[in-house]
Amino acid sequence: MDLQPNGYAIEVSALHKSFGKVHALRGIDLAVPRGSVLGMLGPNGAGKTTAVRVLTTLLRPDSGRVVIEGYDVVRDAAAVRRRIGLAGQATAIQLELTGRENLEIMGRLSHMPRGSVRGRAAELLERFDIADAADRPAKTYSGGMQRRLDLAASLIAEPSVLFLDEPTTGLDPVGRLGMWEIIRELVGRGTTLLLTTQYLDEADELANTVVVVDRGEVIASGTPNQLKDQVGGDLLEFTVPDRARVDDAVHAVAGLSDAAPSVETDSRRVKVAVGSRGSTALVEAVRRLDAAGVATEDLALHRPSLDDVFLAVTGHAAEISVDGEGKGRKSQSTGETP
Amino acid sequence: MTAIAEPAITRARPGAGQMARWAISDALVMTRRNLLVWMRVPAYIVFTVVQPVIFVLLFRYVFGGAIQAPGSGGYVNYLMPGIIGQTAAFATFATAIALAQEATKGVIDRFRAMPMARSAVLAGRLIADSIRMLIVILVIIGVGYAVGFRFQNGVGGAVGMVLLAEAFGIAVCSVSAFVGLAIKDEESVQAFGLIWIFPLTFVSSAFVPIATMPGWLQVFANNQPVTLVINAMRAMALGGPHFPLNPALWESLVWLAGVMIVFVPLAVRSYRKVG
Repeated sequence: MDLQPNGYAIEVSALHKSFGKVHALRGIDLAVPRGSVLGMLGPNGAGKTTAVRVLTTLLRPDSGRVVIEGYDVVRDAAAVRRRIGLAGQATAIQLELTGRENLEIMGRLSHMPRGSVRGRAAELLERFDIADAADRPAKTYSGGMQRRLDLAASLIAEPSVLFLDEPTTGLDPVGRLGMWEIIRELVGRGTTLLLTTQYLDEADELANTVVVVDRGEVIASGTPNQLKDQVGGDLLEFTVPDRARVDDAVHAVAGLSDAAPSVETDSRRVKVAVGSRGSTALVEAVRRLDAAGVATEDLALHRPSLDDVFLAVTGHAAEISVDGEGKGRKSQSTGETP
Repeated sequence: MTAIAEPAITRARPGAGQMARWAISDALVMTRRNLLVWMRVPAYIVFTVVQPVIFVLLFRYVFGGAIQAPGSGGYVNYLMPGIIGQTAAFATFATAIALAQEATKGVIDRFRAMPMARSAVLAGRLIADSIRMLIVILVIIGVGYAVGFRFQNGVGGAVGMVLLAEAFGIAVCSVSAFVGLAIKDEESVQAFGLIWIFPLTFVSSAFVPIATMPGWLQVFANNQPVTLVINAMRAMALGGPHFPLNPALWESLVWLAGVMIVFVPLAVRSYRKVG
């Protein structure tokens, strides 16, 4: 029997949590259908981690209700813990122990039968591409491998709901892509996932639904595309070295989208909003500029960042000052074009 | 009306017997994990084993000649129960540091989001550390035998001394666990450990007869728990008129019970507050 006939794996209503005078969460509502991925997007200090901590039974809410797979996180915390997995920003793996030992210990602590722990650990090591290093201490692993091992540890008891708190923060681009691949595969297997991130492109890649959190409140929600449309979508930019050809360039790219190209005269920089057409528009632009015989420099597609979303939704920039993460646009640059 | 039965395994709350079995098995898994980590890190072995060996050699051969000790067998016999007591106390540095690390690194959080018994992190730490302590104590006794130490009071006395040293170590462990979880910063934990463990072990009967200290210091040294524990250990290891067993034994047992009654709940409380 379905424990929760309405089909939601995670239900949160009017969730409040304060620490002294700091209101970390002020009335969060969420409903995550089984087998789907919710991306929780927001800057440092927005309340994402606090929300995850309440949802995973680590913090008691001040008020409001959180139900995971039909179980209340306060009244039925033990039942919730048997159904969830959590991988955080900090890895919980013991670096002195091998990958295999780490997984087997987590399996035993999840009360899996002794016999099935071994096989399950071996399967996860294989799947997460750690099998070759399975019997080496985890401290010899790369950052990406440690993070994958950590994720494997949270999956050992086959949780039906998984919480990933900023799973790629601090990883290099390769580690990040590897993580995305694994997360996609997980979701393909039907795990319900709540993922927090500071990166819009990450939410875009992985989530069915995105909620934008700022100062303890959900300020926007929708599919990644709906959010990006609110922002205005991707932006194509390039510079024309020859001042005399700027008008030709503008003419060439004018038909790329409904939006008219804008020109910064001094820097000879041309910008055009291309909506969600992204890379198609990029290829098209290169072809048209080439056909028109206009040379360009720094032709690049800029995808909307967290800052852009914030600007669009709240009218103020995301307050990320700690290390500048999330600042500036992520670019997919083609470098110079002829 | 036919109610659809829910799967018993998923819906049923585990009974008290099952909870108790899990609490024990989880504590043992944590114990094994902690001991594995200890054995994998050479620095931990050096800190916990080599350091007390150096103390034995230092006091036996460098300071020992200048110290007049009561009882038979000379200073080395007087010294060994003191060193063993000190070793048990110093071993708890590692307890405090490990718990502080786990608290700050988010490891404890992860454990608490799992179905494992709430008691397992602290219980596993305490059990692993008492096993580690026992290994170190046995090594020290071996080294002591190599440099002239001999038990004077039979096997029963020797076993009693080791058990009291363990009980003492576990009591100090509970203090260290509280300190580690309350302070949560590795370096501060280390510094703070020095502040309370050093004076307590050195201003005691562990290394020198208290009668050689200035009068004002004797008042403290004679009445603090480390002296009582070490006097009782010495009585069990050596016997004889110089080292009476009581009241040192029952007084130290009262102290150890008192320390545990105060600090185990404090440690549990700070464990709950982590994060």
